[in-house]
Amino acid sequence: MSRYFTEDHEWIEVEGQTGTVGISDYAQGQLGDIVFVEAPDSGRSLSKGDEAAVVESVKAASDVYAPVSGTVTEGNPALADEPSLVNSDPEGEGWFFKLTLSDPSELEALMDETAYAAFVAKL
Amino acid sequence: MTINQSGWKPTAPAGRGDAAGATFTGNKALMLEEPLIFEIGDDQTTGVDFAVGDVAGSRLGGLSRKDPIGLPGLSEPETVRHYTRLSRQNYAIDLGLFPLGSCTMKHNPRLNEKMARLPGFADVHPLQPIDTVQGALEVIHQLAHWLVTLTGMHSVAMSPKAGAHGELCGILAIKAALEKRGEGHRKVILVPESAHGTNPATAAFAGFSVEDIPATAEGRVDTAALTARLGPDVAGVMITNPNTCGLFERDLKAISDAVHAAGGYVYCDGANFNAIVGRVRPGDLGVDAMHINLHKTFSTPHGGGGPGSGPVVFSEALTPFAPLPFVERDGDQFRLVEEENAEEHHADSFGRMVAFHGQMGMFTRALTYILSHGADGLRQVAEDAVLNANYVLRRLEDTLDAPFADSGPCMHEAIFSDRGLAPGFSTIDVAKALIDEGYHPMTMYFPLVVHGAMLVEPTETESKAALDQFIGALRSVAERAKAGDEALKTAPHFAPRARLDETLAARKPVLVWKPKVAEAQAAE
Amino acid sequence: MRYLPLTPADRSDMLAVIGASTIDDLFVDVPESARLDGPVRDLPLHASELAVERHMTALARRNTVAGEVPFFLGAGAYRHHVPASVDHLIQRGEFLTAYTPYQPEIAQGTLQMLFEFQTQVARLLGTDVANASMYDGSTACWEAIGMARRITRRGKALLSSGLHPHYVSVAKTMARYTGDLLATGAPALTAKTDVDQLIAAIDADTSCVVVQYPDILGRVADLTPLAEACQTNKALLIAVVTEPVALGALRAPGEMGADIVVGEGQSLGVGLQFGGPYVGLFGCKDKYVRQMPGRLCGETVDADGRRGFVLTLSTREQHIRREKATSNICTNSGLCALAFSIHMTLLGEAGLRGLAGINHATACRAADRLARVPGVRVVNEAFFNEFTLDLGQEARPVVRTLAERGVLAGVSLGRLYPGEAALENGLVVAVTETVTDEDIEALATALTEVLA
Repeated sequence: MSRYFTEDHEWIEVEGQTGTVGISDYAQGQLGDIVFVEAPDSGRSLSKGDEAAVVESVKAASDVYAPVSGTVTEGNPALADEPSLVNSDPEGEGWFFKLTLSDPSELEALMDETAYAAFVAKL
Repeated sequence: MTINQSGWKPTAPAGRGDAAGATFTGNKALMLEEPLIFEIGDDQTTGVDFAVGDVAGSRLGGLSRKDPIGLPGLSEPETVRHYTRLSRQNYAIDLGLFPLGSCTMKHNPRLNEKMARLPGFADVHPLQPIDTVQGALEVIHQLAHWLVTLTGMHSVAMSPKAGAHGELCGILAIKAALEKRGEGHRKVILVPESAHGTNPATAAFAGFSVEDIPATAEGRVDTAALTARLGPDVAGVMITNPNTCGLFERDLKAISDAVHAAGGYVYCDGANFNAIVGRVRPGDLGVDAMHINLHKTFSTPHGGGGPGSGPVVFSEALTPFAPLPFVERDGDQFRLVEEENAEEHHADSFGRMVAFHGQMGMFTRALTYILSHGADGLRQVAEDAVLNANYVLRRLEDTLDAPFADSGPCMHEAIFSDRGLAPGFSTIDVAKALIDEGYHPMTMYFPLVVHGAMLVEPTETESKAALDQFIGALRSVAERAKAGDEALKTAPHFAPRARLDETLAARKPVLVWKPKVAEAQAAE
Repeated sequence: MRYLPLTPADRSDMLAVIGASTIDDLFVDVPESARLDGPVRDLPLHASELAVERHMTALARRNTVAGEVPFFLGAGAYRHHVPASVDHLIQRGEFLTAYTPYQPEIAQGTLQMLFEFQTQVARLLGTDVANASMYDGSTACWEAIGMARRITRRGKALLSSGLHPHYVSVAKTMARYTGDLLATGAPALTAKTDVDQLIAAIDADTSCVVVQYPDILGRVADLTPLAEACQTNKALLIAVVTEPVALGALRAPGEMGADIVVGEGQSLGVGLQFGGPYVGLFGCKDKYVRQMPGRLCGETVDADGRRGFVLTLSTREQHIRREKATSNICTNSGLCALAFSIHMTLLGEAGLRGLAGINHATACRAADRLARVPGVRVVNEAFFNEFTLDLGQEARPVVRTLAERGVLAGVSLGRLYPGEAALENGLVVAVTETVTDEDIEALATALTEVLA
């Protein structure tokens, strides 16, 4: 299992061909209390960089981009009743969606945990 | 994901602990609690008497409403008390300075209200035969004349019901003009990133794609970036002048010239017209369409959120595309140009935007205001508005960070940022503390180009004493925020309500009243 | 000048503090070529209250006041009696001069009122929820069509021939930009509405069916079969109510299965005012709430645990979502919504039913009397407080002649549908509680004379 990060603060955890996508702890902190998540429908095919989901606080709606290309297998059902999971456990239970990767080589362009931590430190 | 630029990270408010000295009623002297009508009214009580007559015969086609509707009634005294008590929980211009940037919260003259209520204006149906409404049509015509003359434009569409509706009107006229020229392929509208959200929302509705143009360090649109982006795919630009940072866009004429040369049109958001009315005419700056907010510059009341009115002035190029209906003079008579008589001379109109003719009630109010001020008074309005804002700017720039203070004067509004506030303190804490000082806060976190933006527009109807007191209050609150005074975090302390949990309201929306299932459950 | 508090001494003091020598220094960013050197020419200078009153009063006098003559106009705007306290309450400065309630701690007056309004509207329309109002019924209608497109992802809207022609015209204008295909047509001068034709026309491409209730000719029809047909085809039923007092007597569209119910609230609390400002009503089923345009007020608690109200679900709106907003709408019709709500509170359930009963009874008496005018036929079998007469000759000139005789007889179908020969003999007559038996007799007598 390996975890990668984008410069737009998404993370993707990859196991075999399946990726789980969410937003980083830094990102949730910037948004304040999350009130709503609009996850992509299962079956939707995404290209790297596509607007995949929307995460809303009371005062802002932020687009979440697909870190890699693939087909969505499911959105996180827990977020409908408990969007607060994105605040309390953004890099665990607060995941947004899972997808089947179509091009794993795209992962090479992403940052690992250490590189992302350094990136955030400079913001 | 797109990072939230505004700096506003809303969280549920922290509890403040027990209030001292609770009363039996929950009231605090003149601060009175008031239940919902559903909690005090019932389905039999009514505050209206009817002449009892026969209700014989029913021709309702078998569609009588049998089930209860669920509407509570109150007697007249109870109704008056209910709404009077509610009203006392509101801040208003009538109570004090209302520094909301780009809202122009100026005094609403009561003569406006008196004139709007004359039966000859208030009790007239929009579809009465034209000969029976000549006075109403003349009001519209006179107001239209003032608006066109003040702005130096060619014509005006009076029917849009609010500013955003007016923006839609202007953009649709531009779209119609492009289609007439066979240039419907122009799909891009350029919008400064400091623009109000209605601008891109409007452009997107009309089928355009929106591209942001950045601001310079001086707070104005980056003219070089804008003109570089012009091309055969650009329909035009939506620009606010003065802009949302309160600054005059010096390059607007040059921008207009460049946009026109590239085959596009210039839409100007006229929300900030109060800064320049009588001193500058947008028509002289190459503007093709501009909406005017009668509820801003021309003093019609905000009414707790509306109604507004958003007439749109047009250049000669866009005039043929203006929507229906509008008023035309025909000798000494006035007539309405609607669908049936548009064919003759106005076949290019993009169509009707609204039933009937527009916000007549706001026209009578605005015309009353305009006649009161006259051309000289309106010029003085802009001067005093700009003077007041600059006074606020210069008297506070030593306390609050004013990002554009060094590049020259502001127009009718001054902008500050949250730079220099203690760590963990933000604009919202300044705003909520200002409430305790007896003010509605300034505009917060807008425009996005300034972090933690505080946009202050005093307007011209504030006296120097009122300004001095406001400046003192804002200075005091700012100093406390810079010092990290924790009390600000739980402000306001003296308002009818403490900070409200907007997170809860969004996560679990309760949008209508429902009877409580069991009091006992709540008591657990 | 009476609205400008600054004195010349103030101005010079303030300029000194700013460090400017004249006011012109503060306008330095305006290019020279655009600077006006004095007040705009060709416009009058300032005037006293007295002078302005004279000017405006003279203009007002040139209009025929509805309350001073026998008056029978409807067609989307209705003359009802508004209780005296409504106008006093809405003129309280804390309501009149308040802003949108973005700072809820000091706007609970407006917010609680909006919550009550939303509840009253939802109950009246028979929907789960309602918003804090739109500009008017016609814009609420086209926004509903847009909402149906977003929800169904289809682009074909069927508009009933009984929908107000201005509403149709507005929807057509907007459809040019949204790409919606609208199926529309003029009504027939018959007692039956076009519900059956609409049902037959629904298919897999239909996003919504838009039907007015009562319709432009005052006709009423059961919407239940139409709602069922829409549901079968996964299209939405949008009902439009231009006379909300009707819902004090008639079954609510939401009850009959409409997905979205929009309307014009002007009848309650808001006078005729020559066409505006009015107040748009907008209600829908719970499941569609995130697609609804306009402001929404919701219940919550404050930091001390007390109940309070806030604007909510704002991320649908333009100031946050910008180009992805559900609408570009910014204002609602706040003060008009307040007037509507106060009037509804004064009426209550019993009062609204009573008011509706009087409207219908008066309209029945009027229809019976007018049916006895030689040459006149009442088209409707069923109606609430508005019905259509077939005059047997062109109605528009008749209306003008009657106006010259001081009777405002109604709205001719020639005015609403210019060029539609099949409709030119039609006259839409509205009869509310403000109409007396003397008025009815005056109309009948004048009509008899003019038609002869």
